[in-house]
Formats: sequence, C-alpha cells, structure tokens
Amino acid sequence: MSILGNRVLRREDPKFLTVGGTYVADLELPGSVHVTFVRSNMAHAKIVSVDSSRAKAMPGVIDVFSNDDLGLANFPTIMEMTNAAMTPPMLASGTVRFVGEPIVVIVAETREAAADAAELVVIDYEPLPVVIDPVEARKDEILLFPEAGTNVAFTLDFGGDDTLFDACEVVVELTLANQRVAPCPLEGRSAAAHMTADGRLEFSSATQAPHGVRDALVSFLGLEPEQVHVVTPDVGGGFGAKASVYQEDIVVGWCALRLGRPVRWTETRSESMVGLGHGRAQVQHARIGGTRDGIVQAYRLDVLQDSGAYPGFGAVLPFMTRTMTSGPYKIARAECASVSVVTNSTTTTAYRGAGRPEATAAIERMMDVFAREIEMDPAELRRRNLISKDEFPYTTPVETVYDVGDYHRALDLALEVADYEQLRTEQSRRRLSGDVRQLGIGLSCYVEITNGLPDGEFGAVEIRPDGKVIVRTGTSPHGQGHVTAWSMLVAEQLGIAIEDIEVIYGDTDVVPRGAGTMGSRSLQIGGAAVNQAALDVIEKAKDLAADLFEADRGDVVLDKASASFHVVGSPAVSHSWAELAAAALAKDGGPLFAEVDLASPGPTFPFGTHVSVVEVDTETGKVTVLRHIAVDDAGRIVNPLLAEGQVHGGIAQGVAQALLEEVVYDLDGNPLTSTLADYSFISAAELPSYETRFTETPTPVNALGAKGIGESGTIGSTPAVHNAVCDALAHLGVRHVDMPTTPMRVWSAIEEAAARTNAKGQG
Amino acid sequence: MRIEMMVNANAESHDVEARTLLVHYLRDAVGLTGTNVGCDTTSCGACTVLMNGESVKSCTVLAAQAAGEAITTIEGLGDEFGQMDRVQQAFQDCHGLQCGYCTPGMVMAVTSLLRENPEPTEADVRLGLEGNLCRCTGYHNIVEAALAASRVHEVHQ
Repeated sequence: MSILGNRVLRREDPKFLTVGGTYVADLELPGSVHVTFVRSNMAHAKIVSVDSSRAKAMPGVIDVFSNDDLGLANFPTIMEMTNAAMTPPMLASGTVRFVGEPIVVIVAETREAAADAAELVVIDYEPLPVVIDPVEARKDEILLFPEAGTNVAFTLDFGGDDTLFDACEVVVELTLANQRVAPCPLEGRSAAAHMTADGRLEFSSATQAPHGVRDALVSFLGLEPEQVHVVTPDVGGGFGAKASVYQEDIVVGWCALRLGRPVRWTETRSESMVGLGHGRAQVQHARIGGTRDGIVQAYRLDVLQDSGAYPGFGAVLPFMTRTMTSGPYKIARAECASVSVVTNSTTTTAYRGAGRPEATAAIERMMDVFAREIEMDPAELRRRNLISKDEFPYTTPVETVYDVGDYHRALDLALEVADYEQLRTEQSRRRLSGDVRQLGIGLSCYVEITNGLPDGEFGAVEIRPDGKVIVRTGTSPHGQGHVTAWSMLVAEQLGIAIEDIEVIYGDTDVVPRGAGTMGSRSLQIGGAAVNQAALDVIEKAKDLAADLFEADRGDVVLDKASASFHVVGSPAVSHSWAELAAAALAKDGGPLFAEVDLASPGPTFPFGTHVSVVEVDTETGKVTVLRHIAVDDAGRIVNPLLAEGQVHGGIAQGVAQALLEEVVYDLDGNPLTSTLADYSFISAAELPSYETRFTETPTPVNALGAKGIGESGTIGSTPAVHNAVCDALAHLGVRHVDMPTTPMRVWSAIEEAAARTNAKGQG
Repeated sequence: MRIEMMVNANAESHDVEARTLLVHYLRDAVGLTGTNVGCDTTSCGACTVLMNGESVKSCTVLAAQAAGEAITTIEGLGDEFGQMDRVQQAFQDCHGLQCGYCTPGMVMAVTSLLRENPEPTEADVRLGLEGNLCRCTGYHNIVEAALAASRVHEVHQ
C-alpha cells in the first residue's frame, strides 16, 4: 500500500512542542558580541554628518562602522533587469531614502550596550522632498536618484493595440489598489557569524536560500566559495521576504571577518517592519470588455509597481503579474504593461504569491464588475469563460502555456460545497428585508504559476550500512514539512520506514548545491530530485544484488514490503538494504549512494476556486467572514495534512489583505504601521475555520504529477473575500471598495452611495 | 540584582540588570530558549509562559517582578518520561504548527485557556487566542488542536 496521499503526521513536530525549535537567536556562540544598526528616521535626506564618537567611547562598545569603513560594493541590480543607477549601498552613504535604512553598525559586548550606544550616534540630516505615492513618483518631480533622471526602475511594455476593445459591446474599467502589506514572519531577520579555527566564515542565517546567502557572502566579501559555510537552523517563517539576501547579512559577515570575534544580530520587530521587504504595492488600472451575453473578449491591465527606495525583487514582480494576466479565462485578446518606480519607502520584495495574487486580484475583481454591468450572475460569467479541460496545453495571449487543468470542476465543486443557490436566496432575503447585516458572496477562480524560475535542484539518497537512509535536499524548509514529505517519497520508493530516513537540508557543507524554498517550487523540483535519487539508488542496489545472487541483473527485484531484493521467483533468498550497503562498501569502499541535479522540467499551473461568505454590518462597516470555501488543485497530493496546512495559512494571509492589513506612511514618509500594535496582523478572532477540498489533476510536467501548493491559498482567497465585501454592498449602489476593506472604508462607501442616491432622487 | 524563582520546578538564582525582561531572563540566564521573542509591543504572544499557572507575555514582565513566583515554559510541559501532554500532542495530531516559532507561546496560551475554560467553544478558543499571532497555520489547526485537547481528560495523580 502506498504511503503517498496519506495524512502522515509531521516528524518535525516533537522538538518544537517540547523544547522549541533552534532558531538563529537560540544558537550558542561563546564569546559572541552583538550587532545593532542605527537606522534613518528620515524618509529622504542628505546625511550632513555622522558623529559616532560618544557611542564608540561607551563601555562595552567594541567598534562602530559606517559605509566608508566597509569598503564594500553596492548591491547589484536584480537579475540585471532594474535601473543600474539605483543600487543600494550596504549602509546609507550620502543620502537616506527611507525610514529604516541602516546608516551605522555598532558592535558591542551585549545587546543592551549596543542599543544604548545606538542612542548616542548623532546624525545630522538635511531633509529632501519626500515622495511616497507611486503615482506621484511616476511624475519624476521628486527624484530619489537625481543622477538617474527618473524614478522608473523597470518597465514591461510590449506595445498596445488600439483596437483591443473595438469588438466589445460592453467595456468597463476600474483603478484598483493592491496595497502594500508586511510579510511578518514571526521570526524576524537574524544572523550569527564566526571564523572557525581553520579560517572559514561560518554563517547562520534565517533564510529561505542558504546557498544564495553563501554566494552573496563570497561575492561581496571577496572570499572563495570553500571559505564560507552557511547553515540555516530552524527558520521562523519566510513567506518570500527571506528569499533575498539583505545588506545587514553582508555587514554581519563583514564584522565577523573584521573583528575576528563571533557576532550575532537579531532584528527587533520594529526594525523588521521597516527593514524586511514589503509585498504587493501595485496600483492597477484594468479594462475588460465583451458581449452582453457574457463572453469576455478583451482585457488590459496596466500596473504601477511601487519598488520602495531601492529596486529589489518587488520591482520585477510585474513580470509574474503579466505572466498570469488573463487568469483561468479564454480571453481572445489580453495585454499587460507595467512601470516600476522608486519611492521613499521600504524596498518591496516577494511576498506569498509574489506578483500572481496581484494578477488574480485584478482579473477577478473585473470579472465581478463586468458581471454586474451585464446583470449576470458572477458564477455564470466565470463558467462561460473558463478554459475547458480539453483545451490544454493552453497558450494565453501573453504567451504563457498552462499545463493542465479542469477549471470547471473546481468551480462546480466550490459552488456545491458552499451551497451557492441557498446563499443567494439568503442574500435576497436580507436585501429585501433591509437587514442591517447584509450578506456578501464572493468568488475567485484562479490559476497561478509555480516553479516559475529556471533553477533545477539537488537531491541525494544514501543507504547506510545499518539500513538507515540519509536524504539530502537543496530545498530549505521553514515550516513546510519537507522532512516528512521527502521521507514519504523515499519510503515509497525504497520500502524503508520513514522513521529510518533522515532528511538533511540547510547546510552548504553537507548539501553542495541548492536553490532553496520559494515560488511553490519545493515538492515539484526538490522533492522530485530526491525521488529520482531514490530511483537511482535502487538501480545501483540491483547491480550489487545481481553480483551477490550471481543472477542476471534484469531478474533482480525490490520487494518493498520487506525492503529487500531477491531474484524474481525466489523470494526466500533475499538481501536487505543494509546488506547491499555493506556490499557497496566492500566493493567500492564507498556508500550505496545516488545524487541528482534535476534540471527544472518547467513551471506548473495550480488552479482552483474560492468562495467567501461575509456579513457586513451596514451601520458600522464591519466585515465578518462567515465561511471560506477553498477548492484547490495542485496535481497529485503527497500529504493532504501538509497541503491543507499550506492552504490554511495562505487563506489567512489572503483574508488579511482583503480586510485588514496595510502598510501606511504619512506624507513625510514616516511609517505609521511599524509595530505589531499598529499593523493589523490578522488573528484567530477575525477568521473562521475553512472548508477545504482538493481536486487532483496530475500534471504531465514532472514525474510526481505535483504542482505547488504554497501560495495558492493567498492567491485564491484575497479576491474572493474582496468580491464578497463588494457584493454585499452592490444593491446599495456601491461599485467598488479598495482593499483593505476596513470598517471606515466600507461605512464611507455606503454613506457616499446613499448620498448619491439621495441627490439623484432630489434632482 | 539577584533574583530567585522557580522555573519548571527548578530553583533558579541569577544576577540580572533591573531592566531585564522575564523572557530574556529565561532565555539568557536560565538558558531555556524554547520561549521566543516575536515583537516589541506585547502583541504577538510568542513569549507566552505561565506564571503561577496563568499565561503572561514574558516580554511584558520584568524578571524582577517574577522573583519568588513559579514560571512554566514549554520545556516544563510533558511528563518525566518525555511524553507530551494533551495540548502538545493535540498540536501534533492536528498539524497545529508549521515553522514552530509561535508554537511554544501558543501551547502555553492554550494550556492556560483550558484551565480557565475546560470546555470551550470554537468562538471561545478564537477569542482566547486573539493575543497569540501565527503567520503559518491560518489558525485553523491551532483551534482544532485546542478543541481536541479539551476533549482529552488527563488523569491527575
């Protein structure tokens, strides 16, 4: 019986539940000293002078450094795609461009001494005009990089067809805010570094990509790859924001080299809220057109992406948005163009979904607006336009090739689980009775891209002479459960119990290569690499067994039930994995071992339908999520428990964006949401339990038939909730409320609509 | 200043600065790193421990304030044979944790909640955990775990 598809409990859990994980801040590092950064409290200013003398003289302070002391190059442009005049220095040099930008680094004997010394650094600023709104930044009136002559960091423009909407009977358009949000992993950024006795830099990092951190340290610090050893102990969440290397990481490594002492750095939450990259941050203008009987014919999305102060991964998110422009729909003509600009705010980066939630939010909101315009049920409009299951592989107007799907099935199942007809009946009842609490029903049909980057992945399987298995993987989990899932994959192939399988990751000495965990790639490329290594090790074992049996290799079979090899037809005489590992050692002097560098077989396209049911108090504007139904299809599911967990977390983050969360700056660029007391991080009290279902349409793209599931929950949920809130208000004359649909916004929208209606009535 | 307190039934005595927070005392002086720090505004609950059986956020208590009191951390749960208690076990059974960072605080908060309200409804649990933030699980399985634990009646000796 296959172990795959079973709800296997996590092998990772007992440690976390009994003594807690071992995060970077928990590492013992005898003699370590503490690093603290002095950060800008101005959004845009010339640095006239920095006086660190009093800080340096304070007892317990070891040294204080500014950018000139470091002598390090600026960060390079992202994938050589962004404006080369906008690269960030390690520490601010000459100009600060956002509140929170590091200017000075302090190294002290204790965390407290470092914090005290930071208070004594005197920075004299000459304020410069501030630009926070990307629409304003686009005008190029206030420039962050005058030498660049523009605030534009990156553009995507494939030209436009003026006749795009000519054939459409109905065209509607809307400007949508896909607001800036904070990823908020519970553990902030953290690093610890020391020089080993043999002169290597050992660097522990709370990262999603240890090999990326190693490569960056090698490159910036001028070291050889073998001189740097990066390890990730347990990592307290990442959500994309820990996929990139930050300036602070490099500076911590530099301090360890310079001082020859172990150093450690753990940011505070208040630092993290302005230092860790933010997500989303798009202003979108969308246009949709089609026939009055509900065939969508044309769609155009124009994206203005806020990159923050220095273009990072956030600046190129529109590339992913464009890839998914037309969503799960068969739209004959679709275009997407984008402009990314810098503003005096925290740099934006990948956040769960990274460019795809923004695409889904736009098309799904527009489908609802179009449905309303032609007075068609939004579920029916979607049904009429979804790509049919016999049309795959399907090439969209922006040249994305969707692998496989059954989008109608997901829609139908979601509507069935929700009891959609009954919900609409209840909604009508409340509308007719003028209930204070109106019901909103929101749909979102989505398709997204996973494993969208070109990287392959490393996987290795080694059989020990005691019959136990060591698996090594280039992915770097931080909550996803790879130890359990990869054990299941290997157990399935080898017939060895998962308890006897150890999974090693996050150590660049033990795992030679790896791209890490991001973009919902891990199972379909990292898991697939481990799976392939297991298959390869079986082939090697068969060679050894054939020698031992003195049999024809083709006659040797693996009996998974007994985890042993025998000659076909003679099961009484067998050799166990342990015996074959011993045979390998005797024969070659090495372990029974296989390693694989699996090239990426290309992206896959998970899909699904989410239905959100909300109640809106029309007197207060408060939205309550009553139900959330999620039907997701990520191809073959290895462990439903883990897959559901991924969906659950994604839904919460999606609901959070639709209803609550937003990073806010005042006009001077001061962050107003830089603590968890100010930022509306969603809690258990604001969420319901979720109703999740999977359909399984295996992808032909990879051997596992699996697609990514890490980000679908966020991508599917946000527009469903957003549409539900707008749907609850539609009969009151409200066309659209931007996210987050806070009580104030909802209440104001109701009041404004009522005022319009009254004015019309009187006119 | 020197302070003494019981931590997980062990008598502890350490010199601390007056400004030392209980969470730093537990992590740095006592050496119990299971309790995590997730914010600096008493918002996230990652540092939740029990003081005399009731949950407190240990980032909001000075170590000196806890002198003479009995503190329980995640390391103090379970029996002497390493068996997890009903709350810990329910978190594993229900997949109530992913990255694990909020987990010790979450488990202590649920422990305290169930002492105050042994048979909570889902709404009770959700409201009771409002001060404990998790970014991974969407809370669904944490709530499941709390309810599942409430249905297990531990044998008290």
